[in-house]
Amino acid sequence: MGRGARLGIFSSLLAVAVGLVVFVSMAFLRSEPPTIDFAAGHTAGQPVDMTLQTVGAIGYGAHSTWVSYLTKAPNGKWVHTTLWDLPANTRINVTLYEYDGGSPLRNPQIGAVYGTLGNVEILNGKPVSLIDATQGNGVAHTFSVPTLGINVPLYAVDGNAKNFCNVPAPCPLSTAHNVIQFSFVTPKAAGQYPWQCFVPCGLGYLYGNGGPMQTISYMDGFLKVVS
Amino acid sequence: MSAQQTSGAGATEPRHGMRLLAMWLVISAIADPLFWFLAGPHMPPGDMTTTASGAQSDFNVLMMAALPVTLGVWLYYGYAAVMWRASRGGSDLIGGPKARSNLRVQAAWIGTTTVVVLAAFVYGTVELVVPAGAGGGEGPQPIWTPTSKTILPIQVIAQQWKFSYRYPTYGGFETDQLMIPNDTTVAFHVTSLDVIHEFWAYQLEVKADANPGTDNVAFTTTKVLGNVTVRCSELCGIWHGAMFNFGHVVSKSQFQAWATTSEAKLAPVTKLLPAFSWSYTPDANGAAGGYYPDNADKYNKIETYGADKVSVADTKIKSS
Repeated sequence: MGRGARLGIFSSLLAVAVGLVVFVSMAFLRSEPPTIDFAAGHTAGQPVDMTLQTVGAIGYGAHSTWVSYLTKAPNGKWVHTTLWDLPANTRINVTLYEYDGGSPLRNPQIGAVYGTLGNVEILNGKPVSLIDATQGNGVAHTFSVPTLGINVPLYAVDGNAKNFCNVPAPCPLSTAHNVIQFSFVTPKAAGQYPWQCFVPCGLGYLYGNGGPMQTISYMDGFLKVVS
Repeated sequence: MSAQQTSGAGATEPRHGMRLLAMWLVISAIADPLFWFLAGPHMPPGDMTTTASGAQSDFNVLMMAALPVTLGVWLYYGYAAVMWRASRGGSDLIGGPKARSNLRVQAAWIGTTTVVVLAAFVYGTVELVVPAGAGGGEGPQPIWTPTSKTILPIQVIAQQWKFSYRYPTYGGFETDQLMIPNDTTVAFHVTSLDVIHEFWAYQLEVKADANPGTDNVAFTTTKVLGNVTVRCSELCGIWHGAMFNFGHVVSKSQFQAWATTSEAKLAPVTKLLPAFSWSYTPDANGAAGGYYPDNADKYNKIETYGADKVSVADTKIKSS
């Protein structure tokens, strides 16, 4: 084989290798969890119902021990994501099933409910405006959208309950849980509004704020408000 | 340059130095006032507080000094390109040992740059000291303190990823709202419950690091009503870019009404908060544990720095 042919083969292989590296890198950088579309087919003026759950461990995948949120898609399936398309200027009715144990809050101010309609949440059928995280089971997580002034503390279940959820997510209703309901109104302006949990629930990470606390689809995500 | 010279072509050279000096003086005399009066009042960060207006005037003063320098360089380039271009038969370039041994040029260069740098140093130092730190964080024991007898302390608590504010002179309630009375000297006590953040209230010209376990104090005095944007300016994690909120400078009476209402409304939450302290020691490991004071009795030692010591009661803002 001549020198020119060898050079040609080498150049071709190098180009393929570089292309593969670029393709894999871009695929990794552009990958994100699925977005659940609650805006499609929405009738103006009608509220949107959204169902979520929080679990103590997702139970599968690369981070099976991480705490996580899950979202129920309109087709009834639970999806491991925290990204939602929501219609602008619309009342969102949230029903959240909380399956995780709790702790005191680093900042007890976050035990207050604000930014929801009436500044209350309905915890197991009873309106609540403030949770003292040092009492009872403590607070497991929060649903907070700082840029919209929304904060909802999620009262925890007993971590020693016999029927504590120890199966891979989603947790079934037969396991220990609290039902938390609240409503909020999306802003008129379209945009992406980050939301997060304020309980430092990233066990094993500095200040508890690493791992699931800084990973989309676990303890934070986006309200993608569309007009 | 100062005397008439004979070029290679035999023509008499004009006094370039005097020409340049005259042109530079005229252009600078026009440009500086234009900048000061037309652009100066619009320079950031505005004039909402003493520190903001101080920063604005500092910027304008330094710009007034820099503008003639810039114009001088540009003028020289332009003049040289026109007067000494080859097609015009300009004189040969002077360089090498002849330029290096020119004592007048060397003395003028060293003298001028020394004066400029020393003037900037002295001016900058004075402007840092006089307005009590110029809005920067001075640590827990501020060296430069305001002369005002009444100082309103506001504690800024940063955490991943939001700011909240405690008002120790109103029962220590904590809120996500930043409300500030106008015409009032404010001491921002900036701290963090986790990693390092930074409290940057742009329009107030206040910028102070938020370190866990540390009380970082920054002063300013409000002058104008308006809205304030607060941002974290220390990279602190995934939602660093979303760690912002808005504050408001309101009249003293509005502030008084808001503060007393908030104190009463948030009383149930305040009961759950740890005793007020200038800093807190967060639990560094994992999810458990609240934040707690590192020295709770500091609550009774508000504003012990400065010339005028004031009690807790004195620091409450009175409606004018």
